[in-house]
Amino acid sequence: MPAVSMTVNGKAVSGNVEERTLLVQFLREHLRLTGTHVGCDTSQCGACVVHVDGKSVKSCTLLALALEGANVLTIEGLAEPNGPLHPMQEAFRQNHGLQCGYCTPGMIMSAIDIVRRKGHDLDEHTIREELDGNICRCTGYHNIVKSIAAGAKAMAQGGAPRQAAE
Amino acid sequence: MSATGIGAAVRRKEDLRFITGKGQYTDDVVRPGETRAVFVRSPHARAKIRSIDASEAKKMPGVVAVLTGAELANDKIGNLICGWMIHSKDGSPMKMAPHPAIAAGTVNHVGDAVAVVIAETKGQARDAADKVKVDYEPLPAVADPAKAQAKDAPQIHDVASNNTIYQWHLGDAKATEAAFASARHVTRLDIVNNRLVPNAIEPRAALAEYDAGTDQLTLWNTSQNPHVARLVIAAFVGMAPEHKLRVIAPDVGGGFGSKIFIYPEEVVCLWAARKVGRPVKWTAERSESFLTDAHGRDHVTHAELALDGEGKILALRVKTIANLGAYMSTFSSSIPTYLYGTLLSGQYNIPQIYCEVDAVYTNTVPVDAYRGAGRPEATFVVERLVEVAAREIGIEPPELRKRNFIKSFPHQTPVIMLYDAGDYQASLKKAMELADVKSFGKRKRDAARHGKLRGLGYSTYIEACGIAPSQAVGSLGAGVGLWESAEVRVNPTGSVEVLTGSHAHGQGHETTFAQLVSERLGIPFENISIVHGDTDKVQFGMGTYGSRSGAVGMSAIVKALDKIEAKAKKVAAHMMEAAEGDIEFKDGKFTVAGTDKSAAWSDVALNAYIAHKFSGQELEPGLKETSFYDPTNFTFPAGCHICEVEVDADTGNTEIVNWTAVDDFGTVINPMIVEGQVHGGIAQGVGQALLESAVYDKDGQLVSGSFMDYSMPRAHNLPSFTVGLTETKSPSNPLGIKGCGEAGAIAAPAAVINAITDAVGSEQVTMPATAGTVWAALQRANATRQAAE
Repeated sequence: MPAVSMTVNGKAVSGNVEERTLLVQFLREHLRLTGTHVGCDTSQCGACVVHVDGKSVKSCTLLALALEGANVLTIEGLAEPNGPLHPMQEAFRQNHGLQCGYCTPGMIMSAIDIVRRKGHDLDEHTIREELDGNICRCTGYHNIVKSIAAGAKAMAQGGAPRQAAE
Repeated sequence: MSATGIGAAVRRKEDLRFITGKGQYTDDVVRPGETRAVFVRSPHARAKIRSIDASEAKKMPGVVAVLTGAELANDKIGNLICGWMIHSKDGSPMKMAPHPAIAAGTVNHVGDAVAVVIAETKGQARDAADKVKVDYEPLPAVADPAKAQAKDAPQIHDVASNNTIYQWHLGDAKATEAAFASARHVTRLDIVNNRLVPNAIEPRAALAEYDAGTDQLTLWNTSQNPHVARLVIAAFVGMAPEHKLRVIAPDVGGGFGSKIFIYPEEVVCLWAARKVGRPVKWTAERSESFLTDAHGRDHVTHAELALDGEGKILALRVKTIANLGAYMSTFSSSIPTYLYGTLLSGQYNIPQIYCEVDAVYTNTVPVDAYRGAGRPEATFVVERLVEVAAREIGIEPPELRKRNFIKSFPHQTPVIMLYDAGDYQASLKKAMELADVKSFGKRKRDAARHGKLRGLGYSTYIEACGIAPSQAVGSLGAGVGLWESAEVRVNPTGSVEVLTGSHAHGQGHETTFAQLVSERLGIPFENISIVHGDTDKVQFGMGTYGSRSGAVGMSAIVKALDKIEAKAKKVAAHMMEAAEGDIEFKDGKFTVAGTDKSAAWSDVALNAYIAHKFSGQELEPGLKETSFYDPTNFTFPAGCHICEVEVDADTGNTEIVNWTAVDDFGTVINPMIVEGQVHGGIAQGVGQALLESAVYDKDGQLVSGSFMDYSMPRAHNLPSFTVGLTETKSPSNPLGIKGCGEAGAIAAPAAVINAITDAVGSEQVTMPATAGTVWAALQRANATRQAAE
């Protein structure tokens, strides 16, 4: 099996994988980073969103072998161990932006990318449109929208997020 | 109110692990030597299996075993069962057909399992599954419930002639007919309650492990009720004795009913794990979820409402065909009967109701409870009829509702239920204020200037939750009691563990249950843990569904806490050398009445365990109590939802512009969590009304079988919601809780369709009301108007 090396959550990792191995499988099964979830098989639900080289991607759409040398950030790497939470994580908790928690890692990773692309002052319409690629069955999105608006503002106020290098 | 007690919007304990990616869902659990299972599934809706050739598959790399239905039968693994007996009106029992975990002989729906491949990796199992050659003889199939009883329909199971499982009825047919004969006005509607796929975002999964040394089986699975799973798999499937089977439902990513049921895959994983001597894990792919998770709703109904000259309802008559799919799922029989017919009185004083339900087999995925389970279907029937009747007679819809509301309690309906408390006027009034109904006319005129048609739709719903008094449901055919258990363990340091038979899969029990304990014992919220979801840890319990965990599960905790307090007072009395009757307990402190003597909670807890201050003859050491709580009645959450839509007159596209929900859930423990439950319920109800539909073609192929073609509600399909509360406490449980989990899904579909039909001026709008459907209704309404002119 061919080898692949990349940086995940700031650590150099490598592994021998089948050619067909998806990034999400590499993360979950090889690295045991099970915070990234799989909710569908058609790249619709967004439970598997991570950041690759600073941009959000659905990790079910990328082959691990295509990511030689890439810089990957998952939900587990957003906050330093024993450090404060990322402002977006904290915003989801404060605003009850999650219920069963299954879509949550993907939601948070997408939310941070929305802030990167659209700025810190997000209106409801923008957030709702930008969430097209993330499905939640529990919350009706009401509190997710509130969480993202609040998290975006908090990110501007110095809660400097840890981002994968561009 | 303390900061973490009853009524406080406490932030959730469970969130930290979920927002940091540390949740432990079934697929995240890995056991040493684990293998992966992939099922070979039928591509036909109905077919005879002529032969299965697994020889090539068995030679594929990594394959450990390929197992079929024949081997399952050889090993005497029993069938899956439906646990609620319904009798037909002629007294005959429902016709339950055999449901083997892997099909033997015939397959009855697309997705029916015919073999399972066990391999080292999922990829290898999938590759080998492709090599299993199944020779099918396709047979004619029927998917449409309205056609299942036709003379020329294929006969699916020998036991059920005309594919009819039962012909049930409720109410007084003759008295209802007499009431209709005396009516001044009759409103009639044909209603299809569209079939839905629950689609919890975590797909179902099962991981089974066998320990040959202890002859013990362990199952991790995505379950809302692990004890019931264990009971059924032990006692009916016959997999293992109950005490040799442990079921663990760890973090579960949403359920909505679909994870109540006992499914073939968990049975097969257990069986295969013992057979191959290694752990076996199966995780559904989403396409597989569509083809195997029990679907919801799927009713075809004709309904009639009789009224007198003043708009008073005289009687209601309903005839429904309910599709139960290819096999009877665990609780399927009860959904279109005792969770449907019994709610047809709505919030109204209706003297006579008669309801007939035919349940039918079709060549589709089994149908069972989905959020609301029977109550959304009942509410849709009642609230559409009332709305249409009001429009036909020319009375404002809220006014017609008010004239017929039940205003005194208790109220016995003609369909079993005894409503114990409510104030329907109050929720309607508050909702109309919050929705600013007064200014609706202006908003409608403004919208019209932009080519938009505004409509307003009401839904004054009721549900029966807190399921349920065991004697009552037993008399109605339930195979189980519906009490709940709780155990409260106080540790020597005073921290507390509550072991509950309820199961959380998004509801936040770890927080709300801890709030109850914090309030009662006056101890810090952080010193309380809620334990659930493991049959080795928790005493037998009934699990979470039907909005029962607050009303029933927390009541069990209250009972256990009562016992804890009583015992702790005895310990405190010994410690302070006072009479037990003089001990008072408040805010975590025991005091002797009329003195300055006191003992802290933690001191009493420690003394209960060191037992230095009392003899074992006087008092048993320790501080741990168990209780079983059986409710005295159902609870009856009710409320009013008002939906305001804007329909594009050119395209038929509908946008929800305002949503107001005012609900009466009785006592609210955590308003933040309750509001979240309402939001999620509304979204699922709006999904049913506007977007979602499980579509089968005439050959029984599921056309909408993925997120590409089954339209899940997304953030931009929904507005933000205005949510309010009214409160009448339930007299049927110690906390006065009614339950909040299903209200939104029950109320919403009627509110949406009432709003759209108001906007377009035609009642012929079916669910899901897609742009095409609404546009066609608009054309019909325009044609009718032009013909009239």
